[in-house]
Amino acid sequence: MTFRRYLVLAFVTVSAPLGDSFLDKGMKQVGPVSLTHVTTLFHAVATPWIAGGILLLIGFFASWLTALSWADLTYVLPVTSFANVIVALLAKFWRHENISLSRWFGIFLITAAVGFVMRGPSYTEHERPQPAPASTKSAEGACL
Amino acid sequence: MTVAHHVGLANAAMIASIIVAATTGDVLIASAMRQIGDLDEIKAHSGLKGAIVAVLTNARFFSGVAAMAVSFFSLLFALSHADLSLVAPASASLTVVTNTIAAKFFLKENVDKRRWIAAACVCAGVVLLAH
Repeated sequence: MTFRRYLVLAFVTVSAPLGDSFLDKGMKQVGPVSLTHVTTLFHAVATPWIAGGILLLIGFFASWLTALSWADLTYVLPVTSFANVIVALLAKFWRHENISLSRWFGIFLITAAVGFVMRGPSYTEHERPQPAPASTKSAEGACL
Repeated sequence: MTVAHHVGLANAAMIASIIVAATTGDVLIASAMRQIGDLDEIKAHSGLKGAIVAVLTNARFFSGVAAMAVSFFSLLFALSHADLSLVAPASASLTVVTNTIAAKFFLKENVDKRRWIAAACVCAGVVLLAH
């Protein structure tokens, strides 16, 4: 794992909750959308918060795919679940919501899980089929 | 059979369908990315366009995206019948466990004791955060 790859994992972790928060803030500004005015949603896409949220979620998906191309699913999942902790911390320090003792314990468990996984290998190397030895090939050729 | 029993079974079935579709999607996408190879290397050789083409021409990737879409609409369906406080933590936490099991058997990942403990911690942590 290189520093750049840790940055990709950090972006996966941060971009999803941040993108969701942007969409939430944008939709609060747009207001409730009724079924008779569904076209409002198309106009909503052009608002800065929602456009920013969509960009962040596209970035999240691209970096999630990148991470899965060089790390195991069972490595990426616990690491990215740290996003739940970020949401809770945002709620506490940005929205000034109350966090109960059980939530703090949940934050501790997820952080511990991330610590566990990060200390291990990130990728399971699978053995590729070895090419047959030259002597075997010539023997097969002789048979054919 | 009581009405409460019926509701409980219906909730369990809805949550199960979310979990099955989400796990299928995650495993198919992870398998597709393993099949495609390291995107950083592809980008170094063929540029960003080459990496995008490699992903968008992979059938398994689209199967995974389709399964994720099924999971999303199953979640919406479940939320229209059951409480968010039940559906969200139950599906999110159990998906971590089913993904770990599926990754071991379908992706042949080396799920050692450390990763099992991590999956259990995330599962419990998500439930606690949702309360």
